[in-house]
Amino acid sequence: MNLPLLYDVALSLLLARWRQTLVAAVGVTFSITMFIALLSFMSGLNQLLDGLVLNRTPHVRLYNEVKPAPQQPIDRYTAGQRQHNFIRSIKPSDELPRIHNVGAIIAALRHDPRVRGVSPKTQAQVFYNVGTINLTGTISGIEAEEQNRLFAFGDYVVAGNPLSLKTVANSIILGKAAADIMLVSVGDVVQVTTVKGNRVQLKVVGLFQSGLLDIDKVQSYTSLATAQKLLGEANNYITDVQVKLYDFTLSPRLAQEYAQRYEVQAMDIQTANSEFETGTFIRTLISYAVGITLLTVAGFGIFNILNMMIYEKMDTIAILKAVGFSGTDVRRLFVAVALAIGLSGGGVGLLCGFGLSALIARVPFEPASLPTVHTYPVNFDPLFYVIGGVFSLVTTYLAGFFPARKASQIDPVIIIRGK
Amino acid sequence: MNPPALEARQLTKYFDDPVRVQVLHGLTFALGRGEFAAVVGKSGCGKSTLLYLLSTMDTVYEGDLLIDGVLMRGKKEAELARVRNEQIGFVFQFHYLLNEFSVLRNVMLPGEKLGKFSRQEIEHRAYEKLKILGIESEALKLPNQLSGGQKQRVAIARALINDPLIIMGDEPTGNLDKKNGEIVFDIFKQLAETYHQALLIVTHDPEFAAKTHRIIEMEDGRIVNGAATGPGQPQ
Ligand SMILES: Nc1ncnc2c1ncn2[C@@H]1O[C@H](COP(=O)(O)OP(=O)(O)OP(=O)(O)O)[C@@H](O)[C@H]1O
Ligand SMILES: [Mg+2]
Repeated sequence: MNLPLLYDVALSLLLARWRQTLVAAVGVTFSITMFIALLSFMSGLNQLLDGLVLNRTPHVRLYNEVKPAPQQPIDRYTAGQRQHNFIRSIKPSDELPRIHNVGAIIAALRHDPRVRGVSPKTQAQVFYNVGTINLTGTISGIEAEEQNRLFAFGDYVVAGNPLSLKTVANSIILGKAAADIMLVSVGDVVQVTTVKGNRVQLKVVGLFQSGLLDIDKVQSYTSLATAQKLLGEANNYITDVQVKLYDFTLSPRLAQEYAQRYEVQAMDIQTANSEFETGTFIRTLISYAVGITLLTVAGFGIFNILNMMIYEKMDTIAILKAVGFSGTDVRRLFVAVALAIGLSGGGVGLLCGFGLSALIARVPFEPASLPTVHTYPVNFDPLFYVIGGVFSLVTTYLAGFFPARKASQIDPVIIIRGK
Repeated sequence: MNPPALEARQLTKYFDDPVRVQVLHGLTFALGRGEFAAVVGKSGCGKSTLLYLLSTMDTVYEGDLLIDGVLMRGKKEAELARVRNEQIGFVFQFHYLLNEFSVLRNVMLPGEKLGKFSRQEIEHRAYEKLKILGIESEALKLPNQLSGGQKQRVAIARALINDPLIIMGDEPTGNLDKKNGEIVFDIFKQLAETYHQALLIVTHDPEFAAKTHRIIEMEDGRIVNGAATGPGQPQ
């Protein structure tokens, strides 16, 4: 075919109206730039916020709720008889919220191929003693290494070393807000009172900041063994088993499975944090909507320019047809014009979008709650560039298609007579 | 024997806007190879209309049109475009050059579209056509930098580029002075006699018409003189 000739003619038409061409192309460039920058930034933000949740929260958490026995002693005597027992104000039996047979459960979970890691935790309620005042607090006994590997624990330790929990005996990583109230810092010793009344001295080896003041006032971390000692329990006393999966979308299913198999309560991340997913979805939706609106507006720009160009180039079209160019040739010609605008504008737009994203990624951003973040988060996902590129091509093609069809249908006789 | 370059059988044309008027009334004639015919007639008698039909640009008519013995009715738009490109050279009443392209490129375009020769050959041929018409020195100018007469000659050069079977002109010498008009006439005559191309030229210039092989005289959409012809009529 004579496509090269058509492209050549298209180029000449473009150059003859280079000002309008430039305006149309800049429109596309602008919209693609904004599309890329907006999506990269929004998605970066989403990842950051999701990360907060996904990093800190176990995908499945196994625990044992304190609740009254489902079978009360009276039931054993009256079972099978035609009678009902009404018992009011049943209390749970004297049992702590421990998980039974936890060693076997953890070992089994570690062998599950879907599980990335397991980190046990023991929660203990305590009072921090500040002079004569007692502040309520929660100390979580953890395996510092696992906790760090699976839940980025180290990211939230703003002073000291998280792994000191393992190496220093009777150590504690104190919530930053609590430390501020107690006027202690790394290296100092704090005294806590357990629920059973024991007083224990713990050495502060680090400060912890989650970003949520209410949590930082009460939450502290220590090693598993220390927590168990605080509670006066044996070393198999575990209240929570935190499971991190390779694919967190499996959590609801696995939570159910584990709950049945191990006879414990299991909470999946989706149930625990349903509002986050909604937020992510809405933000993504908004950014795509804005991006696509921008591209559509750019598409109308091209549509306009082409319509104008065809109106101006009636004579040219008539003459091309008279000397032997077919309607199809003319249509291809103007589609090529549209695509040239879209391709050049879109290509530059992709580059500018990358540049703008890179620029945003260097703007300082120091949220108090996110100690590891120093600049605005940007997600340089190649997918956005693919979408932007494809979409710019599709819009320009559509924007060019109808004017091009109109051009192909021009009757040369009418134009030539009209002179 | 070769079929006539061009043959019209009972060509009839109506215009429907604003009211139905018949502009051409069953024209029948043939134009042989190497024949140089002038079409004359009063303004508004249907000369241009006829030419648009014969050039295959206007496809709404009754009757039959044969080019090189091939019936044009029923051909697709792209096929007709190909016929125009390859077999017909058309010179309009007004110049109709593409202002985006140089004079040379204007002449080359139909050749590039046909794609029979390489670009270099086409360029070479275009220069030759321009030389014949005495405007090769203007080859690299843009059309809007030329005078009216020069433009008309560029349009003629363009019509010649593919060595078409038939050359049609709607007052192609209308804008030329006497001297250049004569040059164009001589070129046309040579095309007909040496290269056996058929020429059908609408003209208002009786002198020009008188020198051609054959005069087709029209009146109110009818051929009143010169419809019947035989080859060998050339004077
Ligand atoms: N699109 C149209 N709609 C209606 N009538 C038309 C149309 N085009 C031409 N006509 C009529 O057809 C007739 C023939 O017109 P045409 O242009 O063929 O004349 P012509 O012989 O070329 O005249 P001239 O020598 O002035 O160029 C005229 O009466 C004109 O009014
Ligand atoms: Mg006319």
